[in-house]
Amino acid sequence: MNGASLPAIVTLAMALGDDALILSERTSELIMRAPTLEEELAVANISLDLLGQARNWLTLAGEKEGCGRDENALAYQREPADFRHCHIVELPNDDFAFTVLRLLMTSAYSTLLLKRLSQSSEPDVAAIAAKSHKESVYHLNHTRMWVDVLTHGTEESMQRLTEAAHTLSSYVDELLDVSWIPDELIADGTCPAMDSIAADWRAIISSTLAETDLVVPESRWNSKGGRSGQFSEHLLEVLTRLQSVHRAHPGATW
Amino acid sequence: MLADDDQRHRLAREVAASVVDPEIPVLTLEDLGVLRDVELHEDGRLSVRITPTYSGCPAVEIMKSDLASALSAAGFDRVEVSVELAPAWGPELISEAGRQKLFDYGIAPPVVSTPGSSVPVTIGLRCPQCGSTRTSQTSAFGATACKSLWKCRSCMEVFEHFKSI
Repeated sequence: MNGASLPAIVTLAMALGDDALILSERTSELIMRAPTLEEELAVANISLDLLGQARNWLTLAGEKEGCGRDENALAYQREPADFRHCHIVELPNDDFAFTVLRLLMTSAYSTLLLKRLSQSSEPDVAAIAAKSHKESVYHLNHTRMWVDVLTHGTEESMQRLTEAAHTLSSYVDELLDVSWIPDELIADGTCPAMDSIAADWRAIISSTLAETDLVVPESRWNSKGGRSGQFSEHLLEVLTRLQSVHRAHPGATW
Repeated sequence: MLADDDQRHRLAREVAASVVDPEIPVLTLEDLGVLRDVELHEDGRLSVRITPTYSGCPAVEIMKSDLASALSAAGFDRVEVSVELAPAWGPELISEAGRQKLFDYGIAPPVVSTPGSSVPVTIGLRCPQCGSTRTSQTSAFGATACKSLWKCRSCMEVFEHFKSI
């Protein structure tokens, strides 16, 4: 299908669905490897919330696209270049400190984006966003607790967080860039104005880190291109696993 | 609507309202605020609308099939169960009877906050075992998407809380 003829809302729903889907996959990798039993429950539940959000967005994307693709077709049958998430969600979980800090950054962003989208003039968008928003706030509060623990932990926990902050700093610009959202969605109220999202995000991160020595540095190199289908080898790793059952047994159902 | 249809509609509503939550079987889908509407069409089709508690709630598929089989057993052979998201489900939709059933079952019911306030920090829940409010959260997440884990410092029992979000 010619991309130019797609309804603009498909662009929005697909990108939000892909952010949630890939982050859900990455977060679920921590199951059976979390540092505490309570955190086992947390990563499993956060992954589940994100998976549910992904299913809602991708179902909407498929309906609005009108080509007969459902959530499963979009998750299992797309090529890597057809995904539209931002790169921060596809990075591997190299360390628990990294997982925590990434989830802080992405859930802070989600709370801001979803809050705005819950005011959408499009009822389906408003409904999915309103439901997802409450979940994201809960995730944000949970990760803030971990940042507090790790920043007041040991020299090593601080060292690992600092390394994670250094790596993640290269992905912040792309996360906060909302210029990919089609202008017509802003104009017709589907997507309420997003102007202040970067400033609001920095305020959440600053207040979280206010009483710590952790700093997210300015990055000299910034990731970009995820929203237009550029991807790294990390996505291939995620999709190989995510799509493997479908590839082995096309069309299988329970 | 004919009197006969009226009666069938009432029956369908009663049957749908009595279907229980697959994960917390003391609550009906009506108690939980998950059951939205039951509509009997002129051609005999029955439409049931439900809403999920959480985006990823895996119980939704079971709820759909439980509703369909309960209604089919009551003589409704054309039943469509659809899931709608708007308006989003919230803990305030749990009925007063449902809240009491949760408490009696050993799950502390959600603390309902005023609309528009930020997400509340839940403190001092009443222990469903001994009634004490000397309680604290041990885990923000629990065995299902809708629950967190708590402990009581008076009777030392652990208990679940239906999350207040």
